[in-house]
Amino acid sequence: MTELIEPLKTPTAEPGTGMVQPGMSVSRVDGRAKVTGAARYAAEHPAADLAYGVVVNSTITKGRILGFDLADALRVPGVIDIITHSNRPRMRPFKLSYKDMTAPGGFPFRPLYDDVVFYSGQPIALVLAETFEAARHAATLVRPDYAVEPHETELAAHLHRAHDPHGLKAGFAPPPKEKGHAQAAFDAAPVKIEAEFHSGVEHHNPMELFASTVIREADGHLTIYDKTQSSQNSRWYVSHVFGLSSRKVTVRNPYVGGAFGSGLRPQYQLPLAVMAALKLKRSVRVVLTRQQMFTFGHRPETRQAIKLAAERDGTLVSIQHDAVAETSRREDYTEVVVNWSGQLYACDNIRLSYHLVDLDNYTPIDMRAPGAAHGVHALEIAMDELSYALQMDPLALRLKNYAEIDPTKNLPFSTKALRDCYTQGAARFGWDQRPAAPRSMRKGNEWVGWGMATGTWDAMQMFARASAVLHADGRLVVSSAATDIGTGTYTVMAMIAAASMGLPMERVTFQLGDSTLPVAPIEGGSSHVTTVGSAVEGACEKLQKRLLKLAKALPDSPFAKAKIDEVEFADGTLRLRARPEVRIELPQLLQHAGEARVEVKYLMLPDALKQRKYQRATHSAVFCEVHVDEDFGTVRVTRVVSAIAAGKIISAKTAHSQITGGVVWGISQALHEETLQDHRLGRFMNANFAEYHVAVNADIHDIEVIFVEEDDRVVSRLGAKGVGEIGLVGVAAAVSNAIYHATGRRIRDTPITPDKVIAA
Amino acid sequence: MLTENHATATPPSPVTMAAPLYPIELTVNGTRHQFEIETWVTLLDLLRERMLLTGSKKGCDHGQCGACTVLSNGRRINACLALAVSQNGHEITTIEGLADGNQLHPLQQAFIDHDALQCGYCTPGQICSAVGLMREGEAHTTAGVRELMSGNVCRCGAYPQIVQAVSQVMGIAPAAQPEAPVRPTVVGTVLS
Ligand code: FES
Ligand code: FES
Repeated sequence: MTELIEPLKTPTAEPGTGMVQPGMSVSRVDGRAKVTGAARYAAEHPAADLAYGVVVNSTITKGRILGFDLADALRVPGVIDIITHSNRPRMRPFKLSYKDMTAPGGFPFRPLYDDVVFYSGQPIALVLAETFEAARHAATLVRPDYAVEPHETELAAHLHRAHDPHGLKAGFAPPPKEKGHAQAAFDAAPVKIEAEFHSGVEHHNPMELFASTVIREADGHLTIYDKTQSSQNSRWYVSHVFGLSSRKVTVRNPYVGGAFGSGLRPQYQLPLAVMAALKLKRSVRVVLTRQQMFTFGHRPETRQAIKLAAERDGTLVSIQHDAVAETSRREDYTEVVVNWSGQLYACDNIRLSYHLVDLDNYTPIDMRAPGAAHGVHALEIAMDELSYALQMDPLALRLKNYAEIDPTKNLPFSTKALRDCYTQGAARFGWDQRPAAPRSMRKGNEWVGWGMATGTWDAMQMFARASAVLHADGRLVVSSAATDIGTGTYTVMAMIAAASMGLPMERVTFQLGDSTLPVAPIEGGSSHVTTVGSAVEGACEKLQKRLLKLAKALPDSPFAKAKIDEVEFADGTLRLRARPEVRIELPQLLQHAGEARVEVKYLMLPDALKQRKYQRATHSAVFCEVHVDEDFGTVRVTRVVSAIAAGKIISAKTAHSQITGGVVWGISQALHEETLQDHRLGRFMNANFAEYHVAVNADIHDIEVIFVEEDDRVVSRLGAKGVGEIGLVGVAAAVSNAIYHATGRRIRDTPITPDKVIAA
Repeated sequence: MLTENHATATPPSPVTMAAPLYPIELTVNGTRHQFEIETWVTLLDLLRERMLLTGSKKGCDHGQCGACTVLSNGRRINACLALAVSQNGHEITTIEGLADGNQLHPLQQAFIDHDALQCGYCTPGQICSAVGLMREGEAHTTAGVRELMSGNVCRCGAYPQIVQAVSQVMGIAPAAQPEAPVRPTVVGTVLS
């Protein structure tokens, strides 16, 4: 199982890449596969006798399906079958069977399980045909008959139903209890601000459409290429829902065309494709449309209120942060919105709250920097407002209240180089040239403004397994069921293994994307490097010990007395540290030892006892310049400097792209993204790329990334912390603050569209 | 509780006969192919589902994202908006046809050097689009590249590197130099 799995076509670094060390800038090992079109994504794996499935979605928001008129659809030549809740194959009846590994509290939607419609756009039928075109056409002819019930989808109208979140979810912690007396301190303070914030629904919209290709083998085994952030999560889900043993199902995701959280849970195309393959006893592909990409999880609409109070010298004396977000009727989706406000700044009086309102929508799902994208945004705008109320430089205010320890947990930070982010970011940006007053800079018809914000995100580590196999020809294959959603997993893991074993990178392959590989966590929360990376390094360390043992046992071995710390693995050899000329090439070692391969397996468990004693987080300082058109209110973000403290950077090139991409996301959140719902219909109205705007190339100008020095051996043995989300956090606040500096107009809601700029 | 049947208003006309097939001829990546094909098949679906040339991507199927960009007689088009029959007689170049054996097209190499991709799903469209852009001769500055590459959405946000890669191949200054394939990062310096 730890040989290379041929169909995964796992990429390896180009010949000549050579020796690498952590921190180097190495080209993506999957680059060639991606620029030549050879990389195959979930909908692109061929299968003989493939049937195409097209999903039909509900046009009502709430009610029951009374029946279907399928006659016309079934008459379309090429149509094979139409699956609905009344003729689907057997699915487990237990609600618990539908909970995937990252499901929040409650019970998930069960696709095509019964006649209940609980949100608009719910899948209600799957049309199967010999061609995609026939299935697509027939899907338009499926005529459901509904009994409609009234729905409630508007958050603002149902705030009175706000409740505490129920159940647990990975990565979620409820707000800590009040520290000090926040309201009393607020009342007594000389300088204070209060502000309310609203952020609309956002959809992840990875470029790749959600898809599953289920390849049914002659013996009934299913090999499923699924768009997911965890092959093992999808495998688990399919096994539980359909009662199929793990030996009967393999899920693969060697290439994932972006996900940003949307692939943390199995989406409905997966069970639909599987039930079709089971029913038809043939291979099936189901691909969602871009419109259907708006019919599962989203970043929840969130309303927030913040109150800050300070002494005249800028010392914070009170922080209060309340948030209310939507969830579905079935599950309590939770994310950490307000806790950041109890973590970023030193303060004696802190009160935080977080509530949910159940609506007739699909359950929200983590979207890049879930919670922080809202919570830190609000806090950082509030801090900017406070700085003006104090007539203090926004950066100086943050430095004045710099938290040396976590103020609510009273724990030291494992590492925190935020001060360096502030200093280096400000220097690079030229912050000291900033005029204090709004409306001080102008260029032609545009107001120019500079804004800044702090960002923070968790530094997490989960557990993982990895295997490492050294082959007689000197190739090293390291495997774990990890995922690369564009993050650079293939590259960084191969780098870690190559550096650890002293092998040229082109001789090392890191294999991921198959549920039969050693256990890896779901790729999420910026934890893959700290987790899988540490497992990879641990496996390599174990391999080194095994190899030394083999070397010691050789006849007349010069290593006979060597201890592990007296040898090193470098230049493709095992050699004595003290006498590097005493060496043996690794393939030679295997040959002499009579081994065709040496394999080790390693389990990496986080050192929870040690980690518990620290607050573990990444930090950033974001500085940006905006140009705001006087007449039209259009905003251009012309310059961003993002200074990041995220532990040791292992793969400089891909980490840099992660941060740049995060900044692009932040700009997009600030200026463009919102899914708007027609509450009379309960339906999202702008479910396509023409009307749901994401940043395009013309929206993006100069982005500079600085990694400040940090090395965190509490979070991971590599010193790394993770870079997936931190690039986004704080960016939208910096943009909003820059708009205020440019125009004197404070816009607390996202997205900051021109109408809001003009109206403010 | 009210009952309603949403489909009764304007039922689409049912198709009960197999869609007729039309003969077409396409040259795809230098090789001539003949097809008997229904009019409702797009060039994109022909490439992906019938020729298994899955390098051209489907991101929206509505001409809104550029993931499906290919070259038709040298012009960049959205293959999802082109019915295959309308391309009869055309020369189509897809991402699979750009490299010369193992030798990558300069744009492909530049995308790797600048890390102008993350998940890679928009990448074939970006590269084909850039080939078309170069042929058009309209972009003369990095701002021009940005503007004229804006029909290709990259959700991973690789835009700055895409502009660097395309500008470098086009010889537009001042493009940042591609990093040497292996360069140690000096902590505290600006990588761009
Ligand atoms: S798939 Fe053709 S433009 Fe999006
Ligand atoms: S690289 Fe992922 S969408 Fe562009």
